[in-house]
Amino acid sequence: MMAILIRRILSLVVTLLVVSLLIFTVMDLLPGDPAAIMLGTSASPETLAALQHQLGLDQPLPVRYLAWLVGVLRGDLGQSYTYGVPVAGLIVERLAVTLPLALMAVVLSVLIAVPLGVQAARRHNGLFDVVAGMFSYVSIAVPAFWGGLLLIILFSTMLGWMPAGGFPGWEAGLLPALKSLVLPAVALALPQAGVLTRVARAAVLDVMNEDFVRTARAKGLSERIAVWRHAVPNALIPVVTMLGLQFTFLIAGAVLVENVFNLPGLGRLAYQALAQRDIIVMQDVVLFFSALVILMNFIVDLAYLAIDPRLRAGAQ
Amino acid sequence: MSRAFRRPIFLAGLLITLALVAVALLSLVWTPFLPSKMNIVHKLKAPLEYGLLGTDQFGRDILSMLMVGAWNSLSTSILAVLLGAGIGTAVGLLVAMRRGWTELVVMRGCDIIFAVPPILSAMMLAAFIGSGRFTAIIAIAVFMVPVFARLVLSAALQIWTRDYVMAAIGIGRSKARITLVHVLPNISSQIIVQVTIQLGLAILTEAGLSFLGLGMPPPAPTWGRMLADAQTFLGQAPWLALMPGMAIALAVLGLNMLGDGLRDILDPRDNS
Repeated sequence: MMAILIRRILSLVVTLLVVSLLIFTVMDLLPGDPAAIMLGTSASPETLAALQHQLGLDQPLPVRYLAWLVGVLRGDLGQSYTYGVPVAGLIVERLAVTLPLALMAVVLSVLIAVPLGVQAARRHNGLFDVVAGMFSYVSIAVPAFWGGLLLIILFSTMLGWMPAGGFPGWEAGLLPALKSLVLPAVALALPQAGVLTRVARAAVLDVMNEDFVRTARAKGLSERIAVWRHAVPNALIPVVTMLGLQFTFLIAGAVLVENVFNLPGLGRLAYQALAQRDIIVMQDVVLFFSALVILMNFIVDLAYLAIDPRLRAGAQ
Repeated sequence: MSRAFRRPIFLAGLLITLALVAVALLSLVWTPFLPSKMNIVHKLKAPLEYGLLGTDQFGRDILSMLMVGAWNSLSTSILAVLLGAGIGTAVGLLVAMRRGWTELVVMRGCDIIFAVPPILSAMMLAAFIGSGRFTAIIAIAVFMVPVFARLVLSAALQIWTRDYVMAAIGIGRSKARITLVHVLPNISSQIIVQVTIQLGLAILTEAGLSFLGLGMPPPAPTWGRMLADAQTFLGQAPWLALMPGMAIALAVLGLNMLGDGLRDILDPRDNS
């Protein structure tokens, strides 16, 4: 168990290092000088040279990478060019919106998908199965940002129940802040729920034919108990895996949904940084998101070990 | 039983996809109006009030824009997926042939590329080379490479253990030849299924990029930008936000159904 853990952690560190190197090199290899892009066309050569020096662009690539990496490890992600504040602070500030949004979406998608998938599997090929199948087809096909627009039309413009966008900040109180995250979270959760429903259904169908479920039923446990106590916990493994695999799409969705709902989250930060040519902020946010995805996959790997007794036994 | 049960999905997917392709091709030779023709007098008209589906804030015909949007969206997505599938397949085949440390390196590389969502890589690209169709295609294609590399590798590795491949090795066939003659044809159906499904994802991504202004520049109509424009007029003309979204959803739905249907028909193993 310990050996596996150490090996996974080592591999995690190597992957993170390679990602950081890759992002840094790609940004460097792309045509265009960050300083020139940030300043626009009207800048004087002196200003340009000064900014290049300030950004360390007059140093060779390995030196710059190492300086950046050391900074990142110390929590210093550099200064935002447009905001004039440390990027680390910006990210933390914006994370206070994106993290709750993503969490709400994940919880919501699981709460929709698992019962739906389990029921669909129990009523295999029945009416419920067909309806659940249609739900997952449609919700996967509807882009989160369009779903968001539809929710705004329905719940804000027509019914007036929910704010159409914006974020009052956590200091405005828990309820108003959460309320402004509800519609975005639903928009973000639905496509995920579609994918997870399919996974949950397939997993329960697989598990229901296995010996231990048949034994449980033969013992005289009702079908409902056999399913929820034995089939569902085992079916959760693929659901958790899929959650990890889908994390990239959750982030992509968050970038879009934050823009639809005007939420001051990380995705919107990256988008604004692009509009303002704030290369450092973009580089850091992309690194942060990528690291998050990799970390997520790592956690899923660990969750695997925790959930699946066979893997745990095999590891000992 | 389940095979017959799922056939309607294949048929529905095929019909939707064919309709989409037909509309896209038709837009090359005919649209009801010129999609770029502005007609301010008739701006923000509701469906049937002016033209079949109404007009946008410049009085442009929505139906015509949707039709050209179908071509723009489909052509961008097809190019991106073919590029990504081509490179990914080549990488997967090569790694399956060589194994060893290349497998480790390539698979780790796939994990890493997969960690950067196409929306973000498109943003990085856009900062340096500007936004546009090229940026969108590259960003989507890069993301597709690991998808196909992983799929092809795992499928190809299975083929490499088959008896007829052993026999081919036994009579001294080169690895490259075995790859082309035995491995690739035997995994081609899986690749085709994956191309269909990834096309749906590519259309979703392209729409998202266009929505953010990272896709094809105006005046070329795209479904994503039509939605972005519609958001400004949600109060006055909410119907503007309906049609482009329906187009995206229908296109993705059709391709996903077609992909699933193809998988059922081409891959008899997965019959549960």
